[in-house]
Amino acid sequence: MQAALFYFFAALTLVCGALIILNRNPINSAMFLVLSIASMAGLFVLLHAFFLAAVQVLVYAGAVMVLFLFVIMLLDLKEEDRRKFNLFGIITGVISVAAIAYISFAAIRSGSASVSRTASDIEGGTLPLGKLLFTNYLLPFEILSVLLLVAMVGVILLSKKDLK
Amino acid sequence: MTHLATITMSPWFAQADLDWKTFALWSVVKIVCVVGVLLFFVAYSVLAERKISAFIQDRLGPNRVALPLIGSIPVIGPFLTKLGFWQPMVDGLKSFLKEDFTPAHVRKVYFWLAPAITMIPAFLTVAVIPFGSTLGNQQMVIANLDVGILYTFGIVSLGVYGIVLAGYAANSKYPFLGGIRSSAQMISYEIAMGMSVIPVFMLVGNLNLNSVITYQTGHLFNWVLLPNWLVFKQPIAFLIFLVAAFAETNRMPFDMPECETELVGGYNTEYSSMKFALFFMGEYANMIASSAMMVTLFFGGWTLPWFGLDQPAGNFIGGVLHIGIFIAKMLAFMVFFIWVRWMVPRFRYDQLMNLGWQRFIPLALVNIVVTGAVLWLLAGH
Repeated sequence: MQAALFYFFAALTLVCGALIILNRNPINSAMFLVLSIASMAGLFVLLHAFFLAAVQVLVYAGAVMVLFLFVIMLLDLKEEDRRKFNLFGIITGVISVAAIAYISFAAIRSGSASVSRTASDIEGGTLPLGKLLFTNYLLPFEILSVLLLVAMVGVILLSKKDLK
Repeated sequence: MTHLATITMSPWFAQADLDWKTFALWSVVKIVCVVGVLLFFVAYSVLAERKISAFIQDRLGPNRVALPLIGSIPVIGPFLTKLGFWQPMVDGLKSFLKEDFTPAHVRKVYFWLAPAITMIPAFLTVAVIPFGSTLGNQQMVIANLDVGILYTFGIVSLGVYGIVLAGYAANSKYPFLGGIRSSAQMISYEIAMGMSVIPVFMLVGNLNLNSVITYQTGHLFNWVLLPNWLVFKQPIAFLIFLVAAFAETNRMPFDMPECETELVGGYNTEYSSMKFALFFMGEYANMIASSAMMVTLFFGGWTLPWFGLDQPAGNFIGGVLHIGIFIAKMLAFMVFFIWVRWMVPRFRYDQLMNLGWQRFIPLALVNIVVTGAVLWLLAGH
């Protein structure tokens, strides 16, 4: 059953992912992104990472994507429908996809030994995860939070009309 | 197969040795019962709303619907009719029989999806709430998740989509404005709501809702009159959670998305018959879910500190009694929800946003810091 569920969620994630970029209507794209996020949460559950699954739905599907929708709805959608492909977009797109594909391929090839680490290390989630975040991974965690703070300050700066 | 399934499911549930088939069977039974009871309460809280509003405004409320046979029973028949007991049934029938009209200008797929997306999250949140101790050898909770509260918040946050998509699908001005307002309002108050419960879990030390209830057993300061409920230890957290629950369920002081005087009904303007009824029921289901949540987090869930009612039941009667206690507490909150609607005028939109962002979020943050400091001092540093 676990394998069947894995294939189901993996296929759903990929199909929704493809539909995100194939759709002309930004609202449809956003909704498919929500679906693909939700099915990724399903994959996390299969890996016994319940905390990650819950946070994935809570933060991405529940908060970030609602803000996306909010912004998309306030934009002029007709302009997006008319837009044609341009050469610059195609070239940069292909380059970045190739780079990501290369990185993930290299990561999968080099990390063959650690594949079996699923349930026993972070069983259930919150307590061991919190301990790891505040001991082994404290520096990356803090750097990430500073990054978010910088983004927040940047947004406030950008959205202010007149700087005094 | 059985072996694999047991391994897959075991981390979800405390009782790892449970046989997979019994587990599946009991889960289905519990889900059917809980959804049935929930739908019953949804139907009758609409009646309660009408009756209480009538009482507050010195009217009678629904008192006409009588059934042919039961209506002619001497005392009970007229009494039930006066109570409006059959009203929800007739209302439901009306919703089903009305024409399900789809305006020509709507975006069809989302127009159909939105009512369902509003309704489903409300039902899903109930899955992790322990509504009783034990009945026989079954725990009275559908899914005893270790990340219980995070699951709830995750699902609750999906409820916004129903209203946003309804506003978008309607493809006309007022529903759209309602949808936009709602998404801004719900996101704002979700933050306050999420932060308000963090001190609760700092005290409990666990995200599992069963642990929250176990923590709240006994008496506060060993004083027999006062239960050890978290509402007494975390009054600020409770206040923020309560107000945020009103905002999240779009109830009266904060019912901006459907604000009749400004938005002609808001996001559900273009809806009719059963689709409209789904939005309507979704609101009440959400109220019930957040009442259940508040009972669990701040009012001791199914426990009462007297007569040993805070321990898991040993027999059948005790189990039923615990479910009764839970439902009674929940209904008290429902009455409160309804009462407030007919007592308090609507906030202005900027007031609503100021309250959320400039009052509640800082207050919740201070509450977290103070709770942390107190815990640190109590730990003997």
